[in-house]
Amino acid sequence: MRALRAPTPLSPPPRLPAFFGYGRPVRTLLHAHRSAPALWGLAALALLAAALEALVRLGLVPKLVVAAPTETAAAIWRLAAEEGLLRALGATLLTAVAAVAAAAAAGLPAGYWLYKHPRFGLAYRNWLGALFAAPLVLVYPVVLVLFGRTYASTGFMGFVVGFVAIALYTREGFAAVSPTLVRVGRAFNLTPRQEFWKILLPAGAPMIFTGLRLGTIYALVNIIGVEYLINFGGLGFLVSETYDKFDTPGMYGAIVFVILVSGGMLWLLKRLQTWLRPA
Amino acid sequence: MAAPGVSARRDAALIRALTLSVLVALWEALGQTRLVFGEALPPASAVAAAGAREIASLSFYRHLAVTLGEVAGGFLLGALPGVAFGLAMGSRRVLGAAADPYVAALATTPKIVFLPIVMLAVGIGPGSKVALGAISAFFPVAIAAASGMRAIPPVFVRVGRAFNLRGGQMVRMIYLPALALPIVTGLRLGLGVCIVGVLLGELKLASAGLGFLARDYYDQYDFASLYAVVAIVFALASLANGTMSRLARRAEAHR
Repeated sequence: MRALRAPTPLSPPPRLPAFFGYGRPVRTLLHAHRSAPALWGLAALALLAAALEALVRLGLVPKLVVAAPTETAAAIWRLAAEEGLLRALGATLLTAVAAVAAAAAAGLPAGYWLYKHPRFGLAYRNWLGALFAAPLVLVYPVVLVLFGRTYASTGFMGFVVGFVAIALYTREGFAAVSPTLVRVGRAFNLTPRQEFWKILLPAGAPMIFTGLRLGTIYALVNIIGVEYLINFGGLGFLVSETYDKFDTPGMYGAIVFVILVSGGMLWLLKRLQTWLRPA
Repeated sequence: MAAPGVSARRDAALIRALTLSVLVALWEALGQTRLVFGEALPPASAVAAAGAREIASLSFYRHLAVTLGEVAGGFLLGALPGVAFGLAMGSRRVLGAAADPYVAALATTPKIVFLPIVMLAVGIGPGSKVALGAISAFFPVAIAAASGMRAIPPVFVRVGRAFNLRGGQMVRMIYLPALALPIVTGLRLGLGVCIVGVLLGELKLASAGLGFLARDYYDQYDFASLYAVVAIVFALASLANGTMSRLARRAEAHR
């Protein structure tokens, strides 16, 4: 029989199916370094790319359907040099910046107003929550009818999702500030202005920033999606255009670039949040 | 924060009703006078009439059936592998850490940009919408299953061991109850984005489905019908989301 052991948090339970991962912590090369998983991830990606390359080269997958990774990489270079990839990136990012700036300019005061007027806050909070969860991108045909194939359409689609996220999180951020903090401020006879700058804003900042981060990501993603859907604007338009031209490597290049931009923005905003407020 | 009182809730309901009436009245006025958007903004009454016509017509239900079929197929094809991959990511530390950045980046990417790839692979028919729905559904489900798996307190597992539970009993009594809520939450998000993926795919290029119907009205400049279909689609998608939320709350109550 197995000897009894005191259950410390580090001792794994014995005899579990390996699938569930509670096996003994085996110190192998795999776990030896913090960056090891990242290396495994890169290795898996390289393997996948090599397999894809082989499949395409051997003609097992039609060239028109799948671009070989080397061709995709070359196509990104070509798109950058000849077909305005960077201009498309700039157009998308500028649209996103404008949309998020407008969403913040409207959403931050709206969130604060909803916090200051609890009756309205209570009334609209469920609507904001419902809109936050709702598939807002589905209304793009209406926006397209109203604004046409212009930057106003793509920008507005970014603005709407950004506004909802920012207003909702700003209200919740202020509402979650401990009443004790507010009472302490009142005891020190703070003016409303001081109360806002010295108590409410610092205490609500983490959640407000989360709203800004989510709003930015949603706006960017929505803008790229709508650009693709209406054949207009920056990166999304590039995906649509390369497809229409049967430029399969270019299309794969544009899609990979969209993934890089989305993932990069996600990473950047997370870094920014931890940098501004280390946990 | 204290729970809002009865009078506060009555006020809130009143404010909501008033707001809604003002918005609809404003829409009707702008639509009737064609002041700001001209023909692009049909009045609310015209949209309501078009919506009633849609709901009474047989072809609407044909398109609805196509969309529902695509959503069901995409959801199954995306959610099942999503759960499996998520559980694997949550239980194998190295796999989880290695896959995390890629899954996060792909989950953030607007899935609609994968439509050209799936259209090249399976054609522009319903298959491409099913595939796009599956790609959309996979990521939220996988992420939720992985974080659910990681959140199971090891002490639960040890208790199960202490009671000498067998594999099947462990799954039924330890893992399933702990994973039910995160997985149902993931399925809710997955179904939501699956519906969006399918509808956007139909809007871009299709020959049937509610997205196609909206696109068709757009091409015919029948804006009242377009607005009505978009409103119906939006309501159906929100209804699906709400139903899944209630399921999630029930799963939570079972804990």
